[in-house]
Amino acid sequence: MGTIHAEGLGKFYKRYPSRWSRLAEWLDPDENVRHEKHWVLRDVDFEIRAGESVGIIGHNGAGKSTLLKLITGTTQPSAGRAEVKGRVAALLELGMGFHPDFTGRQNAYMSGQLLGYSTDEVSARMGEIETFAEIGDYLDQPVRTYSSGMQVRLAFSVATVIRPDILIVDEALSVGDAYFQHKSFDRIRRFRDEGTTLLFVSHSPSAIKTLCNRAILLDRGSVLRDEAPDAVLDYYNAIIARREVEQAIRVEEAETGKRITRSGSQDANIRAVDLVDTQSRSARVIRACEAAEIVVDIEVRRNLPELTVGVLIRDALGNDVFGTNSFHHGQVIAAPAAGSAYRVHFCIENLALGRGSYSISVALHTQDTHVVNNYDWWDQVLVFQVIPGSRPLSIGVTDLPITIGINKIPSN
Amino acid sequence: MSSMSFHPVMFHSLWNYRGFVFGAVKREFQARYLGSLLGGLWSVFNPLAMILVYTLVFSQLMGSRLPDNAGGVFGFSIYLCAGLLPWGWFAELLARLNTVFIENGNLMKKASFPRICLPTIAFISTAIHFAITLALYLVFLLLIGHPPGLALLALLLVLAVQVGFATGLGLLLGTLNVFFRDVGQFTSVLLQFWLWFTPIIYVANALPRGVQSVVAFNPMTPIVEAYHGIFLQQVFPQWGTLIYPAILALVLLCLGGIAFLRLSGEIIDEL
Repeated sequence: MGTIHAEGLGKFYKRYPSRWSRLAEWLDPDENVRHEKHWVLRDVDFEIRAGESVGIIGHNGAGKSTLLKLITGTTQPSAGRAEVKGRVAALLELGMGFHPDFTGRQNAYMSGQLLGYSTDEVSARMGEIETFAEIGDYLDQPVRTYSSGMQVRLAFSVATVIRPDILIVDEALSVGDAYFQHKSFDRIRRFRDEGTTLLFVSHSPSAIKTLCNRAILLDRGSVLRDEAPDAVLDYYNAIIARREVEQAIRVEEAETGKRITRSGSQDANIRAVDLVDTQSRSARVIRACEAAEIVVDIEVRRNLPELTVGVLIRDALGNDVFGTNSFHHGQVIAAPAAGSAYRVHFCIENLALGRGSYSISVALHTQDTHVVNNYDWWDQVLVFQVIPGSRPLSIGVTDLPITIGINKIPSN
Repeated sequence: MSSMSFHPVMFHSLWNYRGFVFGAVKREFQARYLGSLLGGLWSVFNPLAMILVYTLVFSQLMGSRLPDNAGGVFGFSIYLCAGLLPWGWFAELLARLNTVFIENGNLMKKASFPRICLPTIAFISTAIHFAITLALYLVFLLLIGHPPGLALLALLLVLAVQVGFATGLGLLLGTLNVFFRDVGQFTSVLLQFWLWFTPIIYVANALPRGVQSVVAFNPMTPIVEAYHGIFLQQVFPQWGTLIYPAILALVLLCLGGIAFLRLSGEIIDEL
């Protein structure tokens, strides 16, 4: 129980040039095909054994949702097969099918029945659902009065009240508040330890690393990598880096667009920016409190009096987290000549950032700020992720180097 | 479709999901009367009002009588209800099955359950409605002193033919409707005409000869005439006349079933 076997699994959607062409195809005695096959998943093979926990990574449109739908059986495969043994609980769309005018309790019955439980089974576990959801009196109020967090609480509690053989978790969980997220991850972890096979889709590398012992990377409908999470995440980084360059070029080309990501006189020009890890490899995922380096390549196009290079790290919400420049470090490039090029290394000995996503912006200017003589300002030139390293768990945007001392003192 | 037989969904039997089916039927009734004070009583009042209105208007106000004054004062009312009440079920079931997949598209795309649950829910909930209506009609017949007698036993068989016919046709149209929404529009137009091409509101012999032969082609005609016989003349149906609609019902059930099974995978992609 709890195994998933995919063999040559594929899914395409039929695309007809017009509504009439489907009718024509149906009625055509010669059975001419009039549709185009639009493959969203192709030739996927894998074997997931009972008790494995597998993370699925990939960009939007890589085929993650389709794969999950094929496994849960909501969609029929166009090719190959997906053989699933065991009872599946899927947290794909939490709260889907909730009827707003019915109470939480009534909706809990419906969700349970939709998962294949009998009415008696749901009744017997209603107390447990109630305790876990912690929504109090709201359970007997119409669901339309619920916040989205409360809906998630109820839906998760119902879906996981009986330990499934296979648990499929999509990003849906991120809707809940931190307290409930923690509580639900605890339950997921406990299920995993008790032998439930876990299939976990996330954009968060840290969640995959902490929960899974294997990761599958999907890209454009096929499996690119299927191995240990570390290796897969490294590979994923490389793809992100490649895409980022493409993206940056695109943003730059669309200069007439509203979001100016690049400004300045271009008398000096930022040619490339990279983030490299301890092994000097380009990286977009860095473990907290490890060393990293921001490498900036500059081209000077005119004789300039002086040149300052600055970097700024911002969090996902756009708050400045850390910024400095070569002026403050007493490293102004004096009188750079036209045609010269420089490579500037910002060596960060200890990237003491909390887990999360951050962006790097780079500026070229004179003096201490880019207000005077702004040569080039490149906003969010790259985005990187910080995942937990070997250090004790912490929260927040920074991971301060901290030690804790506890001494027993005499009590009065 | 070759892969379909391997799919776990196909092994989930309807029976395992009986909790969902009955729960959904119950919720449908609850939803209909949610926020009302009298609740489920409305499902009694509605058909009751219908029977009373037809009786008052045709028997009392307009003084309509059947040829040969069959059934006496209430004759036309018995006749009208005998055809119209089962027709109501027929039309409701057909209309429901027509949209059953489209309306539940969201659910079907996101949850994995045997698809056949959905038509089953539509069938059961319309059947309960009809059962209430029929019970009221039987009480009415008792009150006016015109009980149907032994012939009532035949009702189940005639209803079975009607239900088979409606289910087969509904499943076929409902499946096609997902791909061509014209089907749904067509069905509502069809139902309008169909009612008037069935001897429900008028008596068949009142029609001109030419039209009578057209109406005879209508598979609902022998079914409705069987109801008239059971409730008005208190006689068993002429079984021979039901062979045609029964065969048609079987054919449509097969067609509807095949269409549903063959296209159930594609339905999800299309919704």
